[in-house]
Amino acid sequence: MENQVAIVGVGLTPLRPVSPDLSFREMIFEAATRAYADAGVTPREIDTFVTVAEDFHEGTSITDEYTPDQLGAVRRPVHTVAGDGLQGLAAAYMLVRSGAADVAVVEAHSKASNIVHHEEILALALDPTYERPWRVNPHAVAALEMRRYLHEANASPEVSAQVVAKNRGNALRNPFAAYGASLSPEEVLRDAPVAEPLRGLEVSGYADGAVVLVLASMERGRSLAGRPVLIRGIGWASDEPSLSGRPWAQAVYAHLACEMAYRVAAIHAPADEIDLFEVDDTYAYKELQHLEAALRLEVGEGARLTVSGRTARDGELPVNPSGGSLGMGYGYDASALVRTAMAALQMRGEAGAMQVTGARSAAVVSWRGVPTTSGGAVVLSAQ
Amino acid sequence: MRRVAVVGAGLSLFMRRALETGKELSYYAASQALQSAGLRRQDVQAVVMASGPDAFDGVHMKGEYLSDGAGGWRKPYLRAYVGGGSGVFSIISGWSLVASGLFDVVLVVAEEKMSPTQPHPQAAFISIFDHTIERPLGPNLLWIFALEQNRYMHAYGIRNEEIALVSVKNKRNALDHPAAQIAAELTPEQVLASEVVAWPVHRLMVSPVSDGAAAIVLAAEEVAKRITAQPVWVEGVGWALDTSYWGNRDLAYPRYVEDAARMAYKMAGITEPRRQIHVAEPYDPFAYKELHHLEGLLLADRGKAPEDLARGRFNRDGELPSCPSGGLLGVGNPIAAAGLMKICELFWQLRGEAGKRQVHNNPKRGLAQAWGDLMQIGTVVVVGV
Repeated sequence: MENQVAIVGVGLTPLRPVSPDLSFREMIFEAATRAYADAGVTPREIDTFVTVAEDFHEGTSITDEYTPDQLGAVRRPVHTVAGDGLQGLAAAYMLVRSGAADVAVVEAHSKASNIVHHEEILALALDPTYERPWRVNPHAVAALEMRRYLHEANASPEVSAQVVAKNRGNALRNPFAAYGASLSPEEVLRDAPVAEPLRGLEVSGYADGAVVLVLASMERGRSLAGRPVLIRGIGWASDEPSLSGRPWAQAVYAHLACEMAYRVAAIHAPADEIDLFEVDDTYAYKELQHLEAALRLEVGEGARLTVSGRTARDGELPVNPSGGSLGMGYGYDASALVRTAMAALQMRGEAGAMQVTGARSAAVVSWRGVPTTSGGAVVLSAQ
Repeated sequence: MRRVAVVGAGLSLFMRRALETGKELSYYAASQALQSAGLRRQDVQAVVMASGPDAFDGVHMKGEYLSDGAGGWRKPYLRAYVGGGSGVFSIISGWSLVASGLFDVVLVVAEEKMSPTQPHPQAAFISIFDHTIERPLGPNLLWIFALEQNRYMHAYGIRNEEIALVSVKNKRNALDHPAAQIAAELTPEQVLASEVVAWPVHRLMVSPVSDGAAAIVLAAEEVAKRITAQPVWVEGVGWALDTSYWGNRDLAYPRYVEDAARMAYKMAGITEPRRQIHVAEPYDPFAYKELHHLEGLLLADRGKAPEDLARGRFNRDGELPSCPSGGLLGVGNPIAAAGLMKICELFWQLRGEAGKRQVHNNPKRGLAQAWGDLMQIGTVVVVGV
């Protein structure tokens, strides 16, 4: 029988648009120190370490070289997942679930402020033969998708603006968030477009920060200081990498990832069984697509839920009570792990002013950003 | 713990410059591995990808780009990454997917396409060094590994003639490998007569620049037994990452390889590796590295691997055949794919399917190891029948 796995320690640095005073190693050290203290473990008690990083985001090739020291992981089993934060979480989860490790750590960070030209880095992720010659701006790929989504959903751009207003408002209650603001949907719609119909305020702002989670088998977790939050299920999936072959209105990867996570978690009716959602909102309209995946809805139903106000922090299906990436800031693949940390704090009842009353279970849905069709899902529950 | 077996293996040709894209190379190796197991893509529940630095191809998030070629379309798809150790780590990652109970059949693909870096991929390696302390010195891998070889020779009084024998053995072994890029029949004198690229490293002591891909299929015990009568079991896995500050370490001995080996041996229940390992595929991107690694793996005494080599212990018909495939020095070094090629070789050797490369000691257990980062990571896998 496989182990049950819990998050027993949470540590993160507050997200910031710039961090000229800290290196990524110092941020990771701070997050790790907090997570280890939270779990009541020393690095020697940790059996395996997983870090999440992509070379081009770091500006360093084979970037896993620079991971062990600040985690207290020198000469220990450390490996990197060049992927989403939730894929990193899954890698650590599987090592504990298999019995290979009792205690595992997963780390992700962002030093987005070191990247001078984000669009040019993202453009290098396009197929070098078929897609790069167009010299398309990556945000325009998102804008194309947004247009297709709004068309098939029969929704107006206002719903996307409403997501921005909700999430940035939620972030005002979150001490880790960099972009909390009181905005109206009208103000969002008045902002200049980046690429029609996507407006500047509908694109989440970049942020620096680090997050470390300590995982343990449930058995081991009970003897540790931290309050365990059960990882009930986890999933991830990739869809079509090319722009020409993918579906544009529906986030198929998110549907597949959620189905896997729900299968592992034995969840049959997510709307009834899950109390809050932290879903990727790198671009405001993505929240709608990802919510539809998380709730098994048809294209457009996520937009209608949002218009009805039910996804507000005090609504019946709170979505992104943390403020999401729009409110907290976007840190590439670290974003998913930051949001998992937020959901874990909610499960522990320690989310302070952003606490969703009575929340006992949460789902996190992630996306690796333009131009990928890869994402993950995890279901957490309070003990 | 859930038992996991290798049930299929596939390999592309290794070559200096493939006309195929990385997607196509991945497809070739993956489909061959599936074919050898009698499976189709729809039988695979998840895919693991390994590939080296994105700087080679200049493709950001290279794993995403390769996903459809590797068979990851609409599946859980994961790229695990530990630099040069990625090839052998990929099976460890795949093993964890199956051992966790989440999946029963997992495809592991390793791809590398170094040729897009012009004029030579060595230039891409400047970006692996610390941006403040090391990059201003303009180092490359040939230089730092030459430093390490020098230290190894100095610490144990080893002569370069002894190290040249590794190139002779591996390039000769590779003559029997149908995918080999630089197989050759050479004398030690010829190796030492090749130009010095960074003293004491001669050109024929360095693995080549390569394009290529390798793949294996992993399955849970009950499934594996239905797929094949000869599953090759993953008995032990180990990995360890040393400090980033390689300048502070004694390079004479790869202690992180020993850490990884001990982890794998413990899991496999191996107490006397020299008796219990029958065939080894240690990582040999440079000639001295095979010897260095055999010592770190506790398969030879410290500083004594060159003597063992000279008396034939590591030959294909020796007591412990080492790199019977021809290794990176003979078959080629498409980085991540070269590591997984070593697992493919063990799969064929342990099933008695290695043809002219077949070792003669009827092996029941084999070991593969890779190494990477800043002389920093050891990845070790023990497989057996």
